[in-house]
Amino acid sequence: MSKQPAAVIGVGQTHHRAKRDDVSMAGLCREAMDRALEDAGLTLDEIDAIVVGKAPDLFEGVMMPELFLAEALGAAGKPLLRVHTAGSVGGSTAIVAASLVQAGVHKKVLTVAYEKQSESNAMWALSVPVPFNMPVHAGAGGYFAPHVRSYIRRSGAPTHVGAVVAAKDRTNALRNPYAHLHNEGTTVESVLASQMLWDPIRYDETCPSSDGACALVIVDEDVAASSPNPAWIHGTAMRSEATTAAERDQVNPQASRDAAASLWKQAGITSPIDEIDVAEIYVPFSWFEPMWLESLGFAEEGTGWKLTESGETAMDGRLPVNCSGGVLSSNPIGASGMLRFGEAALQVRGAAGEHQVDGARRALGHAYGGGSQFFSMWVVGAEKPQH
Amino acid sequence: MSRTLSAPVTVAFDYTRSTGPVLGRFLTGLRDGVLVAGRTSDGEVVVPPPEYDPVTHAATTDFVEVSPTGTVVSWSWVAEPVAAQPFDRPFAFVLVLLDGATKPFLHALDVASPDEVSTGMRVRVRWRAERTGAITDIEGFEPVTDPAPPAPGPRSTLDPVTGVVTPVALDYTYAASPEESAFYRGLAEGRILGQRCPTCAKVYVPPRSACPADGTPTTDEVELSQTGTVTTFCIVNVPFLGQRITPPYVSAYVLLDGADIAFLHLILDIPADQVRMGMRVEAVWKPREEWGTTIENISHFRPTGEPDAAYDTYSQHL
Repeated sequence: MSKQPAAVIGVGQTHHRAKRDDVSMAGLCREAMDRALEDAGLTLDEIDAIVVGKAPDLFEGVMMPELFLAEALGAAGKPLLRVHTAGSVGGSTAIVAASLVQAGVHKKVLTVAYEKQSESNAMWALSVPVPFNMPVHAGAGGYFAPHVRSYIRRSGAPTHVGAVVAAKDRTNALRNPYAHLHNEGTTVESVLASQMLWDPIRYDETCPSSDGACALVIVDEDVAASSPNPAWIHGTAMRSEATTAAERDQVNPQASRDAAASLWKQAGITSPIDEIDVAEIYVPFSWFEPMWLESLGFAEEGTGWKLTESGETAMDGRLPVNCSGGVLSSNPIGASGMLRFGEAALQVRGAAGEHQVDGARRALGHAYGGGSQFFSMWVVGAEKPQH
Repeated sequence: MSRTLSAPVTVAFDYTRSTGPVLGRFLTGLRDGVLVAGRTSDGEVVVPPPEYDPVTHAATTDFVEVSPTGTVVSWSWVAEPVAAQPFDRPFAFVLVLLDGATKPFLHALDVASPDEVSTGMRVRVRWRAERTGAITDIEGFEPVTDPAPPAPGPRSTLDPVTGVVTPVALDYTYAASPEESAFYRGLAEGRILGQRCPTCAKVYVPPRSACPADGTPTTDEVELSQTGTVTTFCIVNVPFLGQRITPPYVSAYVLLDGADIAFLHLILDIPADQVRMGMRVEAVWKPREEWGTTIENISHFRPTGEPDAAYDTYSQHL
């Protein structure tokens, strides 16, 4: 039996900030949830099941926060699931929620993902020394910087390409009222002049640490019929792999390539660069834009940077990438993947406001996590998928 | 000798919680020496107030003060208190139905023996003298023995409570796998021991209980060279909480000669901006008397002075 059609009819997000000290964790989630429900024209009572995602519990120091959040999220008396796949979790959580509808288990599922990074310090939480080992780990930036260096070496990309990404995404964020960073006047030159943190990654090429949440309402075909602009789910894919293995490709991981191949096949896409109108790709460090463009098949291996450098990933380019400002402008880690998925849905619904790409019909939402170990992605479209 | 090595680990952080307006109201009340409850849409009076109504799901906005005196509805005796519990002596956890509330409140009752606790007994709050807007502003409950408790002082004019600091500490024992333990014991003898996977023939350092490619434990011991090649690296310029090496420092993947996987270590004895992919390096050991069963026996790696390795000798390890 094939999957039942499913669509996103509600998208909600918080105003992302370094510290949302005006709300609790529950309040943060509810801010996003209430906006998604209002967008969908549904109430919490009408929702069949709730799927929650967030990144490591050490970030807030609450083990299994879904237990204490259950009532505030309106989950009492309903199925409540929690998903955890590190930084990709926002995407995986949306996919789990979608699968409950596609499997015909539920008709109306609400999914929410969040992070309240200000409750601790992610750099600390990701660098806890392990006994007997060398304490050289330095957070996510320290983990990814060597692999960015490998990409630059492998592709021969000019060293300013990362700054092109950062300047673009920060400028795009000026059109997104929810974005954490609204840094006016960010240019390639200003990014290149910012402090080198994890050489080759500069300060302006890194994501901020944000408090924020994102929520989606995903429904079946019957419920979607009442929505003026459903974003139909054309394909979903998740893949995982070992973080460290002999001769593992850490720049272009097998799991990423496999997930993309499965995704395009499901969506009936043979040439992603021609058939995808807009993409929200998980880019926490600027160089991951060209890296994922290649891994996802938008460009041949070693040439992703050319799309970026030539402006093809800008708002008015051939493949606009991260029109919302992306992870580089807002990074509530657990929610960041769902924000990519939600922004993709907003684009094909024509509801992305000032950062809308005219006529977007099919969009990619993408997330990755761990040591480039977990991948989740979906394609959403303005038309109902063909079977 | 145990087959595996283990070591204690403490992970601790003082988490800064923002309370939101509803719990902030409750904590502000505690600081003032009063108990603030929430009235829900179905008429219940609940303390602490729920952030959202269990029926309408709307934010709680109807607050009432309830009495600091109430009736025990259930209890459990704590004979051996552990760290961070309300008392360092035996006590009872009690569910107290405060006068004016309809749902019980969980706290601790300060009595010397379980014989002094009973369901239905009357108890009241004993406030801490210095209150900060935290649940610990209530020292505990005590049996009601005299008619009138001393009233708390005047209400504070301070700003409402919006946050609390929650210290969290996890103490656990980290256990290395048998294969890793052999690696760390080798280091204690000045040797770098890897193991070859019997299925795919890749040499892992440290060795693995399960080869990531095929799941079999690595078995055949291989003593590795003390020299290798920097595959890729990062120069860490950023300081952070808990950091043990002062930046700037070079964190590099070193592919030892004979190994099929690189591992992370420190590169020194060369300016950071002169470290290169493909650079040949060798292990520099600490003085033998400082050795333990740790990779920190190797102080760092330094350049050997050999010509750089050709890119295609390590490109498959990126």
